[in-house]
Amino acid sequence: MSAIAAAWKRLPWWVEPMTVVFVLTAFGLYSFAVIVLYQGQYEQYISPFFSFTATMELPGWVPGFITAPMLLLWIPLGFRATCYYYRKAYYRAFFWDPPACQSKAQQREPRSPENYNGERALFVLNNVHRYFFYASIFVVAFLWYEAFYTVFTPDGFQIAVGSLFWFVNIILVSAYTFSCHSFRHLIGGNMDCYSCNRGGNIRRKIYSGVSRLNENGGHARWAWLSLFSLLLTDIYLRFIAAGVIQDYVLIPFGG
Amino acid sequence: MSESTNGTNGTNGREDQSLAYAPVAGTEGAKRGTTKLKIFRGDAEGGEFVEYETDMIEGMVVLDAVLNIQAEQAPDLAVRWNCKAAHCGSCSAEVNGRPTLMCKQRVNEYEGEIRVQPMQAFPVIKDLVSDVSWNYEVSRSMTPFTTSQQAPFTMYEEDVERLYEPKSCIECFMCQDVCHVLRTHHKHPEFAGPRFFVRGQWLEMHPMDEANRLEYLKDGGGGIGYCNITKCCTEVCPVGIKITDNSIIPLKERVADEYYDPAKWLMRKIRGRKGSRNGSSNGG
Amino acid sequence: METNGTRENYEVREHDVLIIGAGGAGLRAAISAAERGFSVGIVTKSLLGKAHTVMAEGGIATALGNVDPEDGWRTHFMDTMKSGKFINNWRMAEIHAKESPDRVYELEQWGALFNRTPEGKISQRPFGGHTYRRLAHIGDRTGLEMIRTLQEKVLATDAEVFMETTVTKLLKKDGRVVGALAYTRESGKFIHFKAKAVVMATGGWGKIFKVTSNSWEGTGDGVILSYDVGAELVDMEMMQFHPTGMVWPPGVRGLLVTEGVRGEGGLLRNAEGRRYMEDYDPEKMELSTRDVVARANYTEVQAGRGSEHGGVYLDITHLGYEGIMKKLPTMYHQFKNLADIDISEEPMEVFPTVHYTMGGVKVDPETCASTVPGLFAAGEVAGGLHGANRLGGNSLSDLLVFGKRAGDGAMAYIEESTHSVDIDEADLQAELRRVLEPLEKKEEGESPYLLQQELQEVMMEHANMMRNEDSLKEGLGKVLGLKDRMEKISVPGSRLFNPGWHTAQDVRYLITISEIIVRTALERRERRGAQWRLDYDGPDEDLGKINFIVTRDAQGEVGIERREIEPMPGHLADLFEEAKV
Ligand SMILES: Cc1cc2nc3c(=O)[nH]c(=O)nc-3n(C[C@H](O)[C@H](O)[C@H](O)COP(=O)(O)OP(=O)(O)OC[C@H]3O[C@@H](n4cnc5c(N)ncnc54)[C@H](O)[C@@H]3O)c2cc1C
Ligand code: SF4
Ligand code: SF4
Ligand code: FES
Ligand code: FES
Repeated sequence: MSAIAAAWKRLPWWVEPMTVVFVLTAFGLYSFAVIVLYQGQYEQYISPFFSFTATMELPGWVPGFITAPMLLLWIPLGFRATCYYYRKAYYRAFFWDPPACQSKAQQREPRSPENYNGERALFVLNNVHRYFFYASIFVVAFLWYEAFYTVFTPDGFQIAVGSLFWFVNIILVSAYTFSCHSFRHLIGGNMDCYSCNRGGNIRRKIYSGVSRLNENGGHARWAWLSLFSLLLTDIYLRFIAAGVIQDYVLIPFGG
Repeated sequence: MSESTNGTNGTNGREDQSLAYAPVAGTEGAKRGTTKLKIFRGDAEGGEFVEYETDMIEGMVVLDAVLNIQAEQAPDLAVRWNCKAAHCGSCSAEVNGRPTLMCKQRVNEYEGEIRVQPMQAFPVIKDLVSDVSWNYEVSRSMTPFTTSQQAPFTMYEEDVERLYEPKSCIECFMCQDVCHVLRTHHKHPEFAGPRFFVRGQWLEMHPMDEANRLEYLKDGGGGIGYCNITKCCTEVCPVGIKITDNSIIPLKERVADEYYDPAKWLMRKIRGRKGSRNGSSNGG
Repeated sequence: METNGTRENYEVREHDVLIIGAGGAGLRAAISAAERGFSVGIVTKSLLGKAHTVMAEGGIATALGNVDPEDGWRTHFMDTMKSGKFINNWRMAEIHAKESPDRVYELEQWGALFNRTPEGKISQRPFGGHTYRRLAHIGDRTGLEMIRTLQEKVLATDAEVFMETTVTKLLKKDGRVVGALAYTRESGKFIHFKAKAVVMATGGWGKIFKVTSNSWEGTGDGVILSYDVGAELVDMEMMQFHPTGMVWPPGVRGLLVTEGVRGEGGLLRNAEGRRYMEDYDPEKMELSTRDVVARANYTEVQAGRGSEHGGVYLDITHLGYEGIMKKLPTMYHQFKNLADIDISEEPMEVFPTVHYTMGGVKVDPETCASTVPGLFAAGEVAGGLHGANRLGGNSLSDLLVFGKRAGDGAMAYIEESTHSVDIDEADLQAELRRVLEPLEKKEEGESPYLLQQELQEVMMEHANMMRNEDSLKEGLGKVLGLKDRMEKISVPGSRLFNPGWHTAQDVRYLITISEIIVRTALERRERRGAQWRLDYDGPDEDLGKINFIVTRDAQGEVGIERREIEPMPGHLADLFEEAKV
């Protein structure tokens, strides 16, 4: 693992930002295509891109280019767009502000000092991140519900390979959501003295847990892993729906 | 000189008098050929890289090489150092374009060229020395620790353990050097830099501190909004402070509490308390 | 560069008090003065916060009694006197033991953070020679915490700090010190500081030895500057060797391995795997005083029982990785980074390293006034508190206690007297010429670096931990030889940040101090603390009642006087009597 990390470090500085650009763009295009063109449900599986909107009927007056999942998708999208980790990633990769830290890379920064505002101008809006966090708690709750739905189906209990996808996904999404810096702040980072306040001890313990999840690049790791798990889970759904592969049942009904 | 170490000197027989001739520690037996360094020689007006060759000694760090060159070839080569043990933060320079503590960086970890130059975010004085005095101005501008309580304090390990990390800063100013807000955009008048967010963190989180630096951090010279959390500072910190995650983001969140959170704002209006913070000894 | 004979320009700065040195002692003195509204100037050779104080690791010795409630100033006082072999100034030891708790709490008041006990008080760790667990600490970077706290406190006052500025001479008028001459390292420009009083806080002179834990700054400027204006020096023969310095690789030889390692239970073993401290101090073992442990380590290695690179083994593996990262993280990284050794898995190799100077400017215990009016001294540059051997952790508390007293003393002195601080232009010009001389010599001369290295080797060989007359005399001859060559130093380059030129200034201090040390070491014909004469059997009762006082005599040579130590007053002497019963 550390050998890979070391090898990664030795690559030219532009490899990392370019990879980020590629992956995020690909993800964006894929999810856009999915929510505009496809359905969200197949048998007991509900695409994590759709969640509860999978079965939603939009009233007739809504223009056709708006599909149901869009009513939901602004939450995870906004959550990730304002996430401290993704902010770092896109400032570096898309805006080159700076693209990397070596002096050679920093010299490539396109913005002139007069035009650099950091998070003081437009991006000051990123400070609303905590509200997206609140909203995301609901999304996470639904995703848990839908993961359980894949095993406790209307027809009875079963475990198939698909369920594993759904559970791995929601675990990663939860790890990402609850390692959020804003959550870390709200649960305990904003307190100066735990022992001076009632309930402080509990909050300190949760804070420590969140910190452990968050630290040493943890949050960035969850950010990427949960992104890939979303993608793979949805692809899996498309594949079984299209009959490309069979959903292999591990423990059948009533078993 | 070292010969006399073994020579006994029997003025009287009480004890081995040769102990009064101590060995003079040398580097013999540790030479491993030579090594080459390109060192910036010049001043504010400009300069050039000069190549030097010096003995390669086992375990040698960049600072050893620079000091050898200074003693043997270039007596006026300007360089800062003190502890030689990564405790004082004096010997910061850029090696191959990356801020580095010269006393901590082994020479044998480089393959190929080694280019040493002074930090670039500050005016160069001479050779490897740049003018870091601006940092001390910033330090002066920040409200110091303030409390109405009387020491000895009763404070518990669990309340203060997270302060040990920011407290371990050695003021090498390499985070300041690598930060693009200073290095590329020269926001020195409006931006305090990562080093001082690290300081701001322990001050703001200290259970006994009663001052409020959020206004300063936002507008009054702190300029934390200029930081776009791109983490270069964290990458270079020689004592491993997670500057962005543990200092800057928590402070940004506190600034958001105070200035960017409509619900918190409303709450403050209703409760009629301004600036009070959760759990601070003044906050209640 | 200006040619010879023309008048050299300089800037003039005026302050009530000039503080030379920005280590713990200097900064603490500055705070005292600045808080009372006096105008304060502070000069330091390095940047702010980089003095030796920042490197202190183990902790601050102070009898808070937080961990061992039995502790109190009396025990601390007695420990200090015993370790100093009773040639310390008992009044200083008393003041130090009594006032250090307040000074440490004051640091806490200013924002310093120490490790805590479960009851939420400042935690204390054991250290060599201290009866109780006594060292307030924060991991193994206590000095950093202390200097940063003081530095931030100073920056919050109006005190003016002149960084990277070197004082070359104290200026005297009508028998009083009234300022100093200095140059800025950056530009080579001169500054004449006018001040009603001067506080000397320039630290020690470990750099006269080759293997030392000290940085380039440890050249003893202050002690010679004071000696030059007639101040008395005391206990100059007493150099402390810290038992545990790194030995390998060569670049880090002498770097300190904190006593905290032994405080946390580190074991010393020789190449045969034996815990040899049993043979030297079976009672206290590894936690014996520094002089004893250092000599033990030295003897083991000289007797051929040393490790691969000529040291002994120090083993802390029992703490395990977690424990080490909690208690001694700096040590872990230091060895990992610089020596490729994982101290949670393998023992360290260590050997004594020159660490501290017990002797220095003789001061009045109450006010820290030297014997020259207007000159005060505190910290490592002052002598008296530690006697023949300093206890670990007693230095940081010394800086606080006597730093404050020096500041207060200087203020009281200023308040009492009105005197002119002007200096003859001719005197200033003569000093400027002297300082510039190495730069202006056109012919090739001695290299200051090589001269310094040679001196360090001479002192290593002849004035080390164990001494005898023959070796010392041989050393003295060599030092005097170097003194003659000193006149021929010349350096190339300009005045702009020119370390060669800076070193040329230091060499003079180093050589003069070395001469003083060797001469006083020749005089003290006994074994006492750090002074260990192989040609004498043990401590000498008569010598135990005297200090050697050094002053510059009429011919400008080193004058040595034996001075009786005043007997301890009843209330202190009784403590030792009681302890015996
Ligand atoms: C590695 C190490 C570890 C230590 N650990 C401990 C410990 O755990 N506990 C303990 O109690 N003690 C410890 N000590 C000892 C203690 O740190 C020092 O004795 C103490 O810091 C000295 O403080 P000071 O203020 O007297 O001088 P210093 O901190 O040495 O400061 C001297 C100041 O004087 C300035 N100066 C010198 N000459 C001039 C000049 N000519 N002109 C202008 N300025 C000048 C310097 O620039 C510097 O600012 C340790 C020492 C070292 C080296
Ligand atoms: S994270 Fe912020 S402070 Fe750190 S280098 Fe980047 S912009 Fe500068
Ligand atoms: S935070 Fe780290 S990089 Fe920045 S000054 Fe402190 S030690 Fe250096
Ligand atoms: S910081 Fe990444 S989700 Fe909140
Ligand atoms: S010399 Fe102190 S950090 Fe390098």
